[in-house]
Amino acid sequence: MVSDTGWMRNREGMGVWEHRGKVAIVGWGQSHMDRRWDGVALDRSCGGLTREACLKAVADAGLSLDDIDGLITSPETRAEQTWAPRPYFDPPYDTEDGLTKASAEWIQRELGLKNVKYFNSDAPYIGPMMGLAAQAVGDGLCETALVWYPMVNLEGRYGHNNPQNNNQEAPGATAFTLPWGYQNGAMFNNLVVFLQYCQKYGKSHDGLAPLCLNLRRNGLLTPWGYYALHEPYQLTTEDYLNGRVIEEPLVIYDCDRPVNTCAAFIFTTAERAKDLRQKPVYVLNHAQNNGRGRSTMATLDEHQEAVASLARKMWEGSGLGPADVDIFNPYDGYLTFTQQFLEGFQWHGVKWGEAHDFYAEDIRVEGPHPFLSSGGNNGTGRNRAVLFSDSIEQLRGTAGARQVTVRAETALAGCNTPDSCGFLMMSKHPD
Amino acid sequence: MSTIPGLQRPAPVPNELTQPFWDACNERRLVLQNCTLCERLHYPPTPRCNLCGSSDSFEWKEAQGKGHIDVYMVIRDSRIRGFRSAQPINFAVITLDEDPGINFLSNLPGTPPGEVPVGAPVELIFEETSNGQLVHEWQVVN
Repeated sequence: MVSDTGWMRNREGMGVWEHRGKVAIVGWGQSHMDRRWDGVALDRSCGGLTREACLKAVADAGLSLDDIDGLITSPETRAEQTWAPRPYFDPPYDTEDGLTKASAEWIQRELGLKNVKYFNSDAPYIGPMMGLAAQAVGDGLCETALVWYPMVNLEGRYGHNNPQNNNQEAPGATAFTLPWGYQNGAMFNNLVVFLQYCQKYGKSHDGLAPLCLNLRRNGLLTPWGYYALHEPYQLTTEDYLNGRVIEEPLVIYDCDRPVNTCAAFIFTTAERAKDLRQKPVYVLNHAQNNGRGRSTMATLDEHQEAVASLARKMWEGSGLGPADVDIFNPYDGYLTFTQQFLEGFQWHGVKWGEAHDFYAEDIRVEGPHPFLSSGGNNGTGRNRAVLFSDSIEQLRGTAGARQVTVRAETALAGCNTPDSCGFLMMSKHPD
Repeated sequence: MSTIPGLQRPAPVPNELTQPFWDACNERRLVLQNCTLCERLHYPPTPRCNLCGSSDSFEWKEAQGKGHIDVYMVIRDSRIRGFRSAQPINFAVITLDEDPGINFLSNLPGTPPGEVPVGAPVELIFEETSNGQLVHEWQVVN
């Protein structure tokens, strides 16, 4: 995370965002996606994929490389893996920078960008990073920002390479979690909250099956996604219910699948956006949560209040309300927390405890409630950027087979978890 | 060692903030920070009261050691090495009776995996970790 969080809109009472409708997203580029990097093809390394995504985003916007004067990326995308201690390759792949990350400086050098005046290689993960980018352009730190988010996945079981998980000692805050088998990350606490949710509302894990199946369906309609490219078949309810158990009741199909890829976006001023190739997607607000619970495990009550507060911040800053949001793409990295966003933002009138009933209705992209039209990370692989790129495509009207049939003039997207996340409100119109 | 077969718990590493807590565990006592201004318990230990923000109003207060099982899951594919040889293993959240806003983690020694009586009362016990440091655990009251 960036140490400076002064740019965040993470408090209620901040009013309408001062740059509402004055910043726009005008370009998007998605690289190739594989399950892992094979360690051989350098154009599929993090640097290679980042280069591909950035060039596509610039071309999509109809800009030249000389137009880029801001570079923003996040380092928190490496799945706890590095290339070292193996020998590096020849330049420019002679350090981790280029292989398992791609800093602003690396991309500036690789693309020969001459006019960059704002660098940020230390942005948070993509949810808040998109807000940071909008704020940077709005504040005039740069006029046209190239923003990219790689996800890196090398050989080995996900999370098993983390030294913390192989240590016989538990230092710092982990002293109060690791000795009981708690794993850092979003899985455990959100599963605890999910169990509290099921207990409170009389629901069960089976209620997530329709969401999982529909995400895979939407993912198969996303040509660049992992499943469309590499495993192009639909799941069945039986597959889901009989999925390999990870932490009971969580099964493998609740977890987004780590992939190796990169996505890039172009943010610029609304004024500059007028003459570019694509219809601008205006940013109406950004909002963040970065709290934690009172005790060891955050609770359902705390997560619900966190999301309710996030929603209040979003409505306050954007001037919109629940009924105004057409496209909704909240994070689904573990399916166990997605309902918090659906209910907290009251999308399509869904109230606390009603998400599973909603999932059982018609949530297909052709239907009246096209929830997570992106296919999410569950349906396309753990890239997170799809939440934003689908929102952009839906507002442009270029989502192809995923294009919704309901109104698509506003979109709300974000990640990661209810207590730690960043969301962006987008619109076809600046006001 | 743990009474759960195959389990090798990572050992907590005390620091300046947490040393009194872990020392008390080695004496088989569970102590929590109590803000004397707010009369509010805190766990895990924290440098500041999460209500009033004070950093110099804490006292260590011994807990009664009674709680209830809130929810549980069963770990079947842990990323943590010391747990992989103990799978499947319970992972429960325990609320403290004297302040249910405080919760603890537990593997519920003595309760077979998946046979967890949600809502049941539990009592405090202590278990050894890999270097002999004791940690607080909970077992179902029979």
